[in-house]
Order: sequence, then C-alpha cells, then structure tokens
Amino acid sequence: MTLILKPNIPDPDGFYQDLTDTQRDLDEASASDMNARLVLILANHIGDRKILAEALALAAL
Amino acid sequence: MFSTYDAPVYPYVQSAEQATGQPARHKVVVIGAGPVGLTAALDLAARGVPVVVVDDNNTVSVGSRAVCYAKRPLEIWDRLGVADRMIAKGVEWKLGKVFFGDRQVYQFDLLPEGGHKCPAFINLQQYYLEDYMVEAAAKNPLIDIRWKHKLLSLRQEADHAMLTVETPDGVFVTEADWVIACDGANSDTRRMVGAEFTGQFFQDRFLIADIVMKADFPTERWFWFDPPFHRNQSALLHKQSDNVWRLDFQLGWDADPEVEKREENIIPRVKAMLPGVEFELEWASVYQFACRRIDQFRHGRVIFAGDAAHQVSPFGARGANTGVQDIDNLSWKLAAVLAGDADKALIDSYHDERAFAADDNILNSTRSTDFITPKNAASKRFRNAVLDLAERASFARPLVNSGRLSTPTPYVQSTLNTPDAGIWHSKMTPGTVCSDAPVMVAGQPGWFLRQIGKSFTLLDFGTQAEAVSVGGTTAKVLRVGEDLEDTERLLVKRYDAQPGTVYLIRPDQHVAARWRSFNPVEVQAALARALAKG
Repeated sequence: MTLILKPNIPDPDGFYQDLTDTQRDLDEASASDMNARLVLILANHIGDRKILAEALALAAL
Repeated sequence: MFSTYDAPVYPYVQSAEQATGQPARHKVVVIGAGPVGLTAALDLAARGVPVVVVDDNNTVSVGSRAVCYAKRPLEIWDRLGVADRMIAKGVEWKLGKVFFGDRQVYQFDLLPEGGHKCPAFINLQQYYLEDYMVEAAAKNPLIDIRWKHKLLSLRQEADHAMLTVETPDGVFVTEADWVIACDGANSDTRRMVGAEFTGQFFQDRFLIADIVMKADFPTERWFWFDPPFHRNQSALLHKQSDNVWRLDFQLGWDADPEVEKREENIIPRVKAMLPGVEFELEWASVYQFACRRIDQFRHGRVIFAGDAAHQVSPFGARGANTGVQDIDNLSWKLAAVLAGDADKALIDSYHDERAFAADDNILNSTRSTDFITPKNAASKRFRNAVLDLAERASFARPLVNSGRLSTPTPYVQSTLNTPDAGIWHSKMTPGTVCSDAPVMVAGQPGWFLRQIGKSFTLLDFGTQAEAVSVGGTTAKVLRVGEDLEDTERLLVKRYDAQPGTVYLIRPDQHVAARWRSFNPVEVQAALARALAKG
C-alpha cells in the first residue's frame, strides 16, 4: 500500500463542509487543539508507518 | 532529615602499600563504590578476579537517588547472591495512573509474565542497595574496598595505569592492569583521560523530594501532567521502602535550584500535592537533565561504566539499571582477558555492545523527556491531544510517555553472535538475554538463571551435546531432563526447543548461538566468535 493521492472521498463538498462546520465557532487555539486530536485519530486508523511517513513528508511540503 | 535510615560509616584503613610506600600492581581497580562499582567488585570476584575499589567517601548514597530497579539488574544481583534482600526490602508495584489536569486519563498494569524469579520492578532507596552490596563485598576475600581514597590523577602506561590517590594519610601511587571508572556522571576519571562526553542538555529543572508519609496510600505510580496543584508542569508520586515516597516536581528552566531546594519552599509544594496528609521531608535535590555518552567506553587501560559512560534523564529508570548491565557485560570479558583466554578485542566488544545499549537508552529517555517537556507549542498541543484522547480511546494510551520502563537492549548487531540458521519461534535470538523459568534441580525447586552464568553453557534439549573448548575456555553442558527438570515446560516454550536443540549461552546469560542439533565444529566456531576470536 502507498499513500492514496487520488480523490478518494465521496461527496467532497459535503466532507469539506463537515470539516469546516466543526470548527466554525472555535477560536484559533481550540481549532488547533482539535486538529491535533484529528491527526492522531486518523493516524491511528491508517496505522501503516510507511504511509504515515509519506503523509508527513507531503504535509511538510 | 533521614528519620528512617541511619547511614553506616565505613572505617578508613591505611593500605599496606601506602604504609610501606611500595606500590602494588592490582589486576583491577574500580573507581567509585556506588551501585555500578560495587556490582563490578562482586561480579569480578565471583569470576575469581581480585578487585580493589576506591571511593572518596565513607558511606552510602545520601538520599534515595536511584529508586527503581528492573528485572534484569535484579537477575544480575541474584547471580551475585545479593538480590533476595533487595527484593524482600523493596516495594513491588504494578499499577500506574496517569492524570491530566484534574482527571485520571488512564491507568496501566505492568502485568508481569509469570515464571520468573525476579519481579518486573522494585522500588528501593539506593542506600539500602549499596549497604547490602558493601556487606556482601566485606565477606569476600577477593574484594578490598578502600574508603576515603580519592583518585587525584591517572597516567596510562602500555600495559597498566598509574593511579595517584589521596587518603587522610596523604598521597600515594598504586598500579592497575585495568581501571574501571564507575564514578558517575561527573566522572573525574573521564576528565583525566580526556574523553569526550557529549549529547543534549534539556532546558528544564526538576525537584525531587523524599517524604515519609503516615497515610496509607496505595503502592502505585502516579504521574500528573499539568495538575491543579502544579500548573503547566508535571509531577510524580512513587512509593519506596519504609513509607518513604518519592515526589518529582517539574520546575521549568527559570527555576533557581538553590531557592527551590530550601525546605520552606518544598513544604508548600508537597502540601498542595497531598492536602491534609501528615509528612516529614527526608531529602531533596534539584536536577537538570542531560542525555550524554562517552566517545569510547575504553580509553587505554581505563574502562568506563554506568553514568560515567552514559547519562540519561531519570524517566524510565535507566541510569543504575543500565550501569549494572554494563558490568554484567564487562566482567566476564575482563576475567577472560586477565586469564589469558581472550585478547583485547573481547574488551572492545564491550564498547560495541554497551554503546549500542546506551544509545538505545538515550533514545528512549530523550523521547520521554520530549513528551514531558514539549519543545514548542506544536509539540505541547500534540502532547495534550494524546492525553485528552487517552481518556476516551485506548489507541492513544501507548502514545502517553511518562517514562518507558527499562528493559534490556538485545545485542542484535554484535559480532560475538553467530547468526541463526533455520526457523525459530522464540525471542531468544543471539544477543538476547536469557529468559528465566522455574526448574527442578536435584529434586528441589529452583530457577533456570541460577543454573547458568558462571561460565559458557551449552543448554542441551537433547542427549548429544558434549563440552566444547577454545583455548582455556570451556562451554559446559547443562542437559534438560538430566541436570535440571523443565517441570512446567516453560524452558521448552520460551526457547522454542525441539529434541536436540542446543543453545550456547555466554557467562552474562546472553544467547551467543543456537542450533537444532549438536555439531561440535559449529559450536567451537561459535564459542571462538563469542570470545572475539572469530
């Protein structure tokens, strides 16, 4: 398995709305806290260290 | 202070060589009578090597200092006959609790595997440990501990070292084939040989305090991140013997160690942590942490062990625990070299194996410190996210790092190992410390690890193995079903044994090689390799 970089989310607009809606009323610090938790939750779901390393490298730009 | 323990005062005795002015040539001089130096004396003496230990003081450690001793050092001390007292006096604990803010986010149980003589961990004040080892050393005619002997300078010769030592009677010179420096993180010996000692200092300070508490608290390890009584910092509560409790308070980088050490500043911190509890303060100290390692564990005739060779942050109890394992690794090698059964290459394998272990310990210790003391706002945000999630989801709990408890580092890359051939379903790969198991010996219940460790051993699960020698070193056969009974079948299970399986085990109870059947040529090659003659 390698990191999926092709579109993989059904209803992308709906997902994006969910993502931003959960943080609409949050200040900067609370949103950052939530993002940190989200990263950890998703990272655990992926689990594969190789894929996580690819994702870290991509996110670092 | 110290209402629970009266430190012994050991007598200074002038040595014959100082009295006569005739330097003696010793086989081994150990610098420092702390846990590591005393273990070195006991281990070398157990292997027939006479040892002189010099220490600039005349008593045991002041304050509890190292308090947490792991299974492997206890097994080493058991081999040396001093563990039973430590285990009896020490406090066994299994349950740890982690708090974040005002709530408990989770708890863990060490759940030690059954069928091992020694517990996973005991907590015991360092002074008891030293006290017991000094007593054992005093009974051993091969050990000469010289109190109030301070090493002033050291000169390296081709085949020995000249030591200039100061005592209450003045200065004298003595000689040693080998010097083992166990004089701690601030080792003077290290400076004398000009060794590099480099690594990372952490920009943080911690207060540690021992209190005597009458309250009946559970025997558990409690670790707080950002507790209400000590905001933005961490704190730790851990039980020792005699109702003494170890408290740790993270202070931050700006704290003034001299101010924080004052009793009038410590008492309110303790009261805030343990409201309404009656206590007495026994001892306190303020630390800055560093993770550093010496460049080479051997400099000429001087060999470094313990904190003198590597310094770690205390989270995970890796200081004394790894220092004792240094000695476990070194003693049999030094004894073999002194007996003429191996050359210096074997001593240099000590650096290879223990520097590898030190680097592993430093890595683990640095990771713990980075979790406890996040280096920037982003790291702190992830740290807090882990703690928040740990309360709700088990996946986050393994990410909580308040100190990873010390376990032995297998010497997987060691050139003393003979690589496996064939398929094995057990963790006992070459370079790994042997697992204990209950056995019967001559009709009496005993433990496997007590049956090995005096010499090389050929553990034979068949009937074919015979003793094998290389030079003056012999691997003796220990036959399962004959020399010992594997009554609970745990040896077979832990060593993935089949009829005919043979293990070659080093004197420090590490696996050197293993085979599915006995072949004297292969065993001899493996034994030579384990003596660095391969």
